[in-house]
Order: sequence, then C-alpha cells, then structure tokens
Amino acid sequence: MRRREVMREIARVIRPHAHFIVFTVLFAVAVVAGQLLAPFFAGQAIDGIAAGDGGATARSLWALGISAGGAALFQWLLSLANNALAYRVLRDVRREAFRKIGTLPLKYIDSRPYGDVSGVVVSDAEQFAEGLLLGATQLFTGVLTIAGVLGIMLAVRWEIALVVFCITPLSFFAARFIASRTYRTVKRQAELRADETAFADEMISNLKVVKAFTREEENERIFREKNEALRQVSLRAVFFSSTTNPVTRFVNSLVYAAVAFAGALFVIATGGVFTVGQLGSFLSYANQYTRPFNEISEVVAEFQNALACAGRIFALSREEDEPSDRGNRSLGAAKGDVSLRSVRFGYGEKLLFDGLDAEVKAGMRVALVGPTGCGKTTLVNLLMRFYDVSGGEVCVDGEDVRALTRESLRRNIGMVLQETWIKTGTVRENLCLGREDCTEEEMIAAAKAARAHAFIERLPKGYDTVIDDEGSLSQGQKQLLCIARVMVCRPPMLILDEATSNIDTRTERAVQEAFAELMRGRTCFVVAHRLSTVRSCDRILVMRDGRIVERGTHEELLRLGGFYAELYRAQFAGQ
Amino acid sequence: MHHLRSCLKRYRTEAILSPLFKLLEAAMELLVPLVVAKIVDVGIAGGDRAYILHACLLLGAFGLMGLLFALTAQYFAAKAAVGVSADLRERLFAKMQSFSFSQIDEMGAPSMLTRMTSDVQQVQTGVNMTLRLLLRSPIVVFGATAMAFAVDAQAALVFVALIPLLALAVYGVMAACLPRYRRVQERLDGVYLSARENLVGARVLRAFRKEEDEVQAFDRKTEGLLAAQTRVGAIAAVTNPLTFLLVNLAAVVLIFWGGLRVDAGAIGQGDVLALYGYLSLILVELVKLANLIVTVTKAVTCANRVGAVLDASGERETVLPRGEREEGAHVVFEHVGFTYAGGGAPALSDVNVSVRRGQTVGVLGGTGSGKSTLVDLLPRFYEATEGRVLLGGEDVRSIPVRELRQRVGYVPQKVALFRGTIRSNLRWGKPDCTDAEMERALRIAQAEDVAAAKGGTEGAVEQEGRNFSGGQRQRLTIARAVVRDPEVLILDDSSSALDYATDARLRQALAALDCTVFVVSQRASSVRRADVIVVLDEGRVAGVGTHEELERGCGVYREILASQTEASS
Repeated sequence: MRRREVMREIARVIRPHAHFIVFTVLFAVAVVAGQLLAPFFAGQAIDGIAAGDGGATARSLWALGISAGGAALFQWLLSLANNALAYRVLRDVRREAFRKIGTLPLKYIDSRPYGDVSGVVVSDAEQFAEGLLLGATQLFTGVLTIAGVLGIMLAVRWEIALVVFCITPLSFFAARFIASRTYRTVKRQAELRADETAFADEMISNLKVVKAFTREEENERIFREKNEALRQVSLRAVFFSSTTNPVTRFVNSLVYAAVAFAGALFVIATGGVFTVGQLGSFLSYANQYTRPFNEISEVVAEFQNALACAGRIFALSREEDEPSDRGNRSLGAAKGDVSLRSVRFGYGEKLLFDGLDAEVKAGMRVALVGPTGCGKTTLVNLLMRFYDVSGGEVCVDGEDVRALTRESLRRNIGMVLQETWIKTGTVRENLCLGREDCTEEEMIAAAKAARAHAFIERLPKGYDTVIDDEGSLSQGQKQLLCIARVMVCRPPMLILDEATSNIDTRTERAVQEAFAELMRGRTCFVVAHRLSTVRSCDRILVMRDGRIVERGTHEELLRLGGFYAELYRAQFAGQ
Repeated sequence: MHHLRSCLKRYRTEAILSPLFKLLEAAMELLVPLVVAKIVDVGIAGGDRAYILHACLLLGAFGLMGLLFALTAQYFAAKAAVGVSADLRERLFAKMQSFSFSQIDEMGAPSMLTRMTSDVQQVQTGVNMTLRLLLRSPIVVFGATAMAFAVDAQAALVFVALIPLLALAVYGVMAACLPRYRRVQERLDGVYLSARENLVGARVLRAFRKEEDEVQAFDRKTEGLLAAQTRVGAIAAVTNPLTFLLVNLAAVVLIFWGGLRVDAGAIGQGDVLALYGYLSLILVELVKLANLIVTVTKAVTCANRVGAVLDASGERETVLPRGEREEGAHVVFEHVGFTYAGGGAPALSDVNVSVRRGQTVGVLGGTGSGKSTLVDLLPRFYEATEGRVLLGGEDVRSIPVRELRQRVGYVPQKVALFRGTIRSNLRWGKPDCTDAEMERALRIAQAEDVAAAKGGTEGAVEQEGRNFSGGQRQRLTIARAVVRDPEVLILDDSSSALDYATDARLRQALAALDCTVFVVSQRASSVRRADVIVVLDEGRVAGVGTHEELERGCGVYREILASQTEASS
C-alpha cells in the first residue's frame, strides 16, 4: 500500500470524529499560551517587587494564577479530547478489522498464521491510534511551545532569541547521532533475545519431556550461556540508548548559561529596560525549551511505526471479501439432493479437481475414501461454501450453491470435523451454538447420544463449566462435544469429516449408533480413515488424486478388486 | 517483590552508585539558581561584566559535570537493570523446570513464556527508570527545598507546604488509576480472545452462522473497552495539570511573600528569582515523574506476576522418608486413586496391579479412561492421591525424583523432539551414551532406517522434529527412551502411527529387553501378547489378566475386542 493511500484511509477513519481534532487544536493553543504566560507574569511580579510597586505585583500575581489555572484546566480538557479521539478511532478500526475477519474468504484465513491477523486487530490498531494521535498532539504542542518561546523572546529581546535559536539544534543532532550508533547493538540484542526465547519456548512447551528425562540441569546450563551473552549485549544497548537524555540536558544547560550571560549583559546595557524579571522568565523558558525537541524526535520515530501499523490495518480492510450473496435465494428446509457437476477446483495454481462428477440422492449415506491429500476434505469445503469452485457447479436440491445464501445453505448442513474446536464459554453455550432456543432436555439428550454426558457431569460445574479450546479437555472429549453440538441441531444434511478419529473404538461404536439414528432419512457424507465406519454406507466414493476412481457399495468394491480392495487389505493386514 | 530485592542485592554497588551519581548531577542543577541569584544581586547590581562572564562559564561547567555524572549514573543503572532481568530470567527458567506436572497444567506454557519475556522486560525498564529517575525526583524536590532554606528560611516554608500536597496529588491519581488499568487489560484480553476465536474457529462459527452474533459481541467488548479507557484516561490526565497548578499557586504565594521580605530588606531581588528558579526546577522534575509513574506501575504489576511464579514451590525431591525395601513384585499399584487438581470426579480409583520384573504390561481402555494417568504415577509425574505406587519395593514418593526418573524410560503420547541432531536427541536419554549404545537403541526402536535416511546420527532434527513423518518421530522418541537402558519403559500410546508390521517387530524387540514395559494403547492388538493386561473403564479397573483370561472373564475387554476385530472380519 502506498503512503498516500494509507494517509487517505487514516483521514477516512478520523473524519467521523473530526470535531475532536478542532477541540484538540483549540485546547492545545490555550495550554501553550497559559504555560508560556505564567513565567512571563512571574517575571513581571518580581520586577514589581524591585520597583516597590505593590499594586503592579498584585496584578501580575493574579494574572499568573489565572494563566496557570487556565493552562491546567485546558491541559486536562486537551487530554480528554485527545483520548476521546484516539480511543474512538481505535474502537472503530478494531470493529472494521473484526467485521473483515467475518467476511474474509477462508482461503485468506487458512493461508496465514492466526497471530498475524489477530495482531492487526489488537496491537497494530493500538500502536496506530495511540502512536499517531497521541503523538500528533505531542508534536503539535511541542511545535507550538517552541514557536511560542521564540516568539516571546523575539518580541522582548530578539538578540537573545537568536542565541537560543543557534544553540538548540545541537541537542537534536546529538540525539540523531546516538540513535544511529545504538542501532546495531539494539539489533544484536533483538537477535540474541529471539534465540533465547526460542530455546525457552521449545523447552517450556515440552516441559513434561524435559522432566521425564531429568534434563533440567543441562537445560539450565545452556540457558545460562545464552542469558549471559544477552546480558552483555543488553547492557550496551540499554546504556547507549539512555545517553540521549543527559546529552540533551547538557545542551539545555549551555542554552541556559548563554541566556543568563546575554540576558545579564542586556540588563546592564539597557539600563533596566530589559528587566531582571524578564531575565527570570527567559531562564524559565530556556528550561522548558529543549524538552519539545526531544519529544519531537521520539514522536517522529513513533510515527514511522504507527504508519507501518496503519498500513497493515488498511491492507487487511482492503482485502477482497467473500463474494456477496445479496439477492441470492434462501434455501428453505432442504430435501437433501446433492450433485457435483464437472467441478474444477484447486487451492493454488494446480488443479485438485478437474471435472469431478457425483450425484447423491436425498437420504443417502455416502462415504469418501482415499489416501491423504486426495481431496476428501476439499469436498467438504466446497459443499459448505468455505471455498467456491472455479469451474462446474455444486448443487443442493438442484440449485447451484453459489445462488443460495450461505446462511440458509449452512443452516441445512451439520458438520463435525477432525480438527475439533471449542469456543471459550460454558459447555452449555457450546452445545447450543447452533440452536440457542434448544431446551435443557434436548441438550442433555444430545449429550447423552454423543456419549458426552458422563464426562460433562464429572467436570467441576457440569454443564456450566467454562471450557476453551486449549484447556484441559482431551481431543476425544472435545470431539464428543462437537458431535453433541451437531446432534442438538439435527439438520437435514450431515458432513462427518473424520468425526470420530480421536475417540476410542468402543465409545466410537456407541456414538456410531447415535449417528445411525440421527442420519436416518438424512443425506450424509462420511470421510473416514477407519474403513469399518465406511462399510455400512449406501455408496462409497473412492478418491485418488482428485478423481473418483471407483464407486459402489462395500461388497461391490471388494468384488471389483481395485484400489478400494487394496486400501482395505493394507489397513487391516496386521489384525 | 522480595525476589526483585534479592536480585538487586547482587548489584548492590551499582544500585547504590547510580542514584549517588544522580544525586551529584542533581546537585549541579541545584547550584544553578544560586549562581543566577549572584549574577543578579552582584553582577547586574554592580554592573560587573567580568563577574557575569565567570558565573556563566561556571554554569556551563556545572552542565558538563552534570553530563559526566549522569552518564556514569546511566551506566550503573543499565548494568543493574540488565543484570536483574537476566537473573530473573534464569531463576524463572530454573523454577519452571522444577514445576510438577500439575503446576505445568495449571499455568500453561504460553503464560510461563510471557512472564519470562515481556514481563521481565517491563521489570528491567522499571528498575532502570527507578534507579535513574525515581530517586532523582525526590532528590531534586528535597534538594530544591533545602536550597530554598539556604536562601531564605521563611520563604522556604512555601516549599514545605507544597511538597506534601504534590505527593498527595500524585499518589491519589496513581491509587485511583491502578485498579482501573487492570480492568482495561482484562477487557483488552477479551477483545483479543474474540479476534483469535474468529480466526481459529472460522469454519465452525460460519457453519453455525454465528457471524452476526460474534460481531455484536465484539461491538459490546470494544464499547466496554472504550468506556474503561476513557475513565482511566480522564483520571490519569489529572496529574500534569494538577501539579502545574499547585506549583504555580506556590509561585504566587512565594513571590508575594518574597516581595514583603525584600521590602523588609531581608533578601534581595535575585534571591526571589532564585526561589522562583527552584520552583521551576521542581515543576520540570514532576512532569518527568508523572510519566515515570506509569512505567513503574506497569513494572510492579509485572514483577508481581513474575513473583507469583517464583513463589510457587516446585516439585519436592521426596515426599516420604526413604524406608526399608519391601519384598515383592517390581512394580506395584496398591489401592491407587487419583484426582486431578480442580477436577470433579476421580480419574482413577482403587487400582490394584502388581508386575514382576521383565514383564510386559498392556494398559487398555477408551478415551478418558485413565490409561495415561495410571502410568504417569510411576515416574511421579503426578502423585497418587490415594494408595501408593511401589517401584522395586519402595514407595515412589520416597525415591529422590531424579533417581526415580533416571530409572524410567518414558515415551510420551505427544511426540516431542528437539532442535539439534538425532545424536543430541538421543543424548537426552543418556548424556554419555556411546555410538554402539545409540545404534542398539535405534535398532530396538526400529529406527535404523530413520537415522540412515538422514545420513546417520548426525542428521539434523528441526524444531518439533518437523522434518520427520509421524511414524519416524515416534520411533526416534522410543529410541531416546530405550538408550537410557531403563528399569521400566513406558510407552504411552506411542506406536499409533506405526504400521502393523513395524509395531509387531517393535513389540518383539522390546519383549527381549530386561526391563518392565508398560504399553498404553487403544488398540487391543498392541497389547494382546502382553503378560498382563489392565483394562480400564472410566477410571476403574475392569479387569486384569492375560488376553485369554480377559476374553473369558471381562465384559469390557470383549466389547473392545469386538469393536476392533469386527472391522477386519
């Protein structure tokens, strides 16, 4: 994405909250004015003392109090406006990205590490909003302060302003110099840290094996070595980068001394036209003056990062959506006829299917059999419209699935996958995922049919136990929950993609009985590894390299003595 | 926090020197207003240009010395901070390695890693900043006050009134923000969870048509986050304006009072200027302090998370005193029961099995029947909550844990190989093993061809053993356990990816070894020829005996057999 486009996108997301920018600018001007006027009035008051003019001193002190109060109030308001802007933009950007996740084709999601995309929603969005918007305010007030200080100095005593103007850039250059010197050490530090983290990750993730092999001491030795190397480089990296502030402060003190010198000479030379009080305010300005320079150089670095984050965010939001199904017909309660006509499909350049045909009548139980990578799971993807065909058509009840709404299509198909996935929530929420209106009895009946009831009861809070995908449930238990989840819905078509692969054979048998009951009168696709699951199907499609090489019943195929018979023998040879 | 302190103790010198040099740097700054007062009261009043020049050169010199002191301080601070974080990481790593399996389950690897990486990093920044600034700020504030007293004791009373007010303001804001920051973090975790779930669970959520519900739930979460951020932002934003206001109000009082003192002839105009200079110094310092406080609060939170890990007591070396050896079988389970921490029902109850040395034991049962749990009790991965487990006549809880595990070869269900070579992986089993021992182990594990395919034992192993197939990985992990020449070998469902012929050869080779072998499996065929088969059903022993005995007397065993042999009939 080009920078101009990124800027245009940024403008787009900020526009709804543009009124906050107006407030931010107004408040920032007020804050800087107040902060600069305070030392000015303090100087006046001190002059009043010298002149012995009590009334003038009192007036200046009132002005000092008011300008300080105003600055404080507006500074608070500035923060509020600024936060309101940044956090609202952050919320909007996150929502936009999240909605995008819901409409992205699965092809996009499947082809990237999950962490990359969720990182955009969480940390990129945050760094963009906070870095850019909070940074912009800092930059703006910084520039205003510098301009204000120079302005006042110019108005009161331009010669001193000139002195200040000449010395200050020193700190800017010093900071740049240090940053460029630090870069290499910081990079080396990052490499060593990554190496140490990788080692720790490997060992901590397999901690049980580490302990089983009493490998703790050896690991500690290796870790200590890596840690020591990291410590030494870190020391240099941390020290170098922390030299910026002292150097800036030093430049600041040079400015201060120069102002004191020039100012004092002017007080003497002008015979008191340039007053001691004014000198005091000038010194106070000199103190406040270099800070913005520092901040600006920090902010500029942050901007680069924020823009990079924005680039990733908007690249995501510009990704192409799944083709819209607006205007598509809604599939009512489907009968369950499924046909594949000359289907062509591939994940990349290479075609997996090139002219695949199959006809499945409502209520039929069809098994898909074949070696790994032959395209069994791909059929599931096409039928659910997770992916769309690139040629030919997939039809349900005689209609191309691409002419139906996804919602209505998926409502008619129940799916259990080999890769179990559980949503963070209670067992109850998970079981009722497809039908929130199901009754307690229906839910428990489904859990019992899926042979999940017994272990659910043994969970600490039964059906109200909060579970998640990575937690303590075994693969088998998760799969039983996934089966129960579909049993709650009872859709007219079913896809069982290695649905019982993680379950032991005895439980599987019980679950199969429940499936048999559930599948009665329903169209059902079974992808299975174990041929025992397959034998009872009405029709077996034997797939190889994206083609259906044999079709028929178990007995027919065995008689045929072809690829199926070969697979069957290989699988059970040892038993 | 006491861990942090004890780590810091090792860097006591640095931790003392750093603030000390900061003190010197601050002293340089504190002298500045005094010099300015002299410029006004002596230089300007007397029209003495040379005096002014000298005074200003002095100011420059103070600046230079300040720079040198500051650099020294930064160096020591960096050394202490980096050292503390390195020590913390080392301690964390060691502590985590000492955790029991229950603790590992409870905490989870991702959480442990976050603590070791980002949390410790935050602590490092916190320590660094604290040494550099947190002490500097009070030094400047109190130093400025002390200098004010030196200028004029009466006017300095303003400072005395100001400081508690400032402290109260800063503390109040911090106390109000802390719990609210935590709430923001919790909400953010929720946002992250939603995003991740909608990626990982995209198929399921779409299949169940939850897209709209998920969007609404996400909208609620982001709205809640916005509200939480706005609230804490509004409070945190009070710090800077409030301190600015307080300091300037103090300036009003100071100048007014100072004016009276000048009129009374007690002090000069330059002195008022110096007093005002000290106030400005305090203000500049407080702005830095306010920013710092955020960093330090974060660091404290992180230090507590790190501390929670370090506070946990790891696995105990022995639980029971080592007693006399009892006569009897090699491995004995005696009325053994086990309940996972936080688990509802027991995972195992009343298991009684006894095995002679050299026998092969098959452990058979369905998903969640407690097979792995049973064998995990032997190397004390978990401790039996009831009854006892004996190895060689001793309760495993009385055998030092390292010794115990060295006597056991373990092949985990989840295959784990490590980056390195085949050789380095086998050395996990026995650090000083010879080439001959390695070859023997590979032969027994039917893994000679695996090594040969990679050009021998120097063949590279990628992380998680990704450059091997599932079956190859399983055979290598078996070789790794066999090379220990263990007294007991545990195979936890670890031949599932092997074809039947290889599996059979493997079982034959293992049977010839002089060690007691536990084979955990779902496949009846894998345990059929075992000397003893233990059949588990939902945590209870459904039967113990040989294949023939069980076939006659155990209903569950017959059911399992039927469910598996039917397929091949």
